[in-house]
Amino acid sequence: MQTVLSLRLIAPGDPEFFALLRDKIAHNPDFFRDAPVVLDLAPVADATPIDLEAFTSELRRLRLVPVGVQNAGPAWQAAARSAGLAQLGPGGQPGTANPTTRPEPLRQRPTAPPRGAGLVIAEPVRGGQQVSCPDGDLTVLAPVGHGAELVAAGHIHVYGPLRGRAFAGANGDERAMIFCDQLEAELVSIAGIYLVSEDLDPRLRGKRVRVWCDGERLSIGPVP
Amino acid sequence: MSQVIVVTSGKGGVGKTTSAAAVATGLAMKGKKVCVIDFDVGLRNLDLIMGVERRVVFDFINVINDGIRLHQALIKDKRVEGLYILPTSQTRDKDALSREGVERVIEELRQEFDYVICDSPAGIEKGAYMALYFADEAIVVTNPEVSSVRDSDRILGILNSKSRRAERGEPPMKQHLLLTRYDLDRVAKGEMLKLEDVLEILAIPVLGVIPQDDMVLQCSNLGLPVVLEPKSTAGQAYMDAVRRLLGETVELRFTTPPKKSFVNWLLRRTA
Repeated sequence: MQTVLSLRLIAPGDPEFFALLRDKIAHNPDFFRDAPVVLDLAPVADATPIDLEAFTSELRRLRLVPVGVQNAGPAWQAAARSAGLAQLGPGGQPGTANPTTRPEPLRQRPTAPPRGAGLVIAEPVRGGQQVSCPDGDLTVLAPVGHGAELVAAGHIHVYGPLRGRAFAGANGDERAMIFCDQLEAELVSIAGIYLVSEDLDPRLRGKRVRVWCDGERLSIGPVP
Repeated sequence: MSQVIVVTSGKGGVGKTTSAAAVATGLAMKGKKVCVIDFDVGLRNLDLIMGVERRVVFDFINVINDGIRLHQALIKDKRVEGLYILPTSQTRDKDALSREGVERVIEELRQEFDYVICDSPAGIEKGAYMALYFADEAIVVTNPEVSSVRDSDRILGILNSKSRRAERGEPPMKQHLLLTRYDLDRVAKGEMLKLEDVLEILAIPVLGVIPQDDMVLQCSNLGLPVVLEPKSTAGQAYMDAVRRLLGETVELRFTTPPKKSFVNWLLRRTA
């Protein structure tokens, strides 16, 4: 399942809008880069539609990929059509755009919160950069530098040296683990329990390891 | 096709200005038309290293803010054809650099020059940010020591996320490593990082390794870009880097201790 960001439009005409959005993206550029976005029009349903074509091209300049709208009234639907955006049902359910035929909400919640597809980063994560994946596993296919930070709700996999800090199970999931090809981390943490570089067994330094949560403390062992 | 290249490092005192001056001069010696801009507003040094400090009338900041034309501020180098220097102001600060103003000047320079070299100030504040924002390529100057390598790593992250290319989603900036002050004796003693160690951390291609050379300081005191001093090993290494920048394949020199030849050995024996 692909996670899609929803951008709720409250005051899209605000001159500060894109500046604020850019700030938001700047906090976590890797997470937002080329991310598909659905525009949630619920708060502005009764307002006059803005020029969605111009609006989406601004979004593309920020490296977001606007794909559709949801909760659009008739006037907004026309604007969305001419901007080449798909009409999606509320809550990301594919379906009609008419709110009166809203599909039945799910009665039963799954027991464990579902995890998203996660995030795969192919470029090196440099010092000072933070990459976070709020609903799934984070995989990095390149080195993670000193002073870089990885945050994930699920597991963290690093196919290369891990020299920065890694926070797995950031929402409190103690089953999350950290895997890396070369352990040189400044700090590893699972569900808030952490070890700093000084606490790591020197014999495991530079080795291919797995970090997991063993009750109240973290364990580190080689990956066969 | 005009290329804008930023010379940057994060850390101060690693040789950014020396490198910017050497690379710009080297490119001009190779027949390119080159302009080198000093972005270190308030701490201008480039004009000193280039030996033109006594010819500065107007500067980069005047062109941005005071309606002075670019040609009134550009200083033509008297030694190398096609080399121009755009000095900066000593009395203003980094806030005088507006993004629109910098963009206008760089676009105007692109029309006329093959290469625009931006000499970045140290740090990751506004001046450094303005120097890298419009660049197509980056030369990251690093010394073989841990703090410099860490700062370079940080700058690489900023190049990848905060430049105009990154914001527009264009192909990423080409990044080159220039390892300066490489002292073979200290590397051999383990007091300095080896080239391989630096590469393992930064993981970008090497443009050049510049050996520690006392002549660099002499040249900078004389206002002479070090590539104009043929006896200098650093100058030769910078010229190699320039050739690589132009796409030639040039083997790395000065990265291994010179072989003790039989003649040398004999000379030492008889001395």
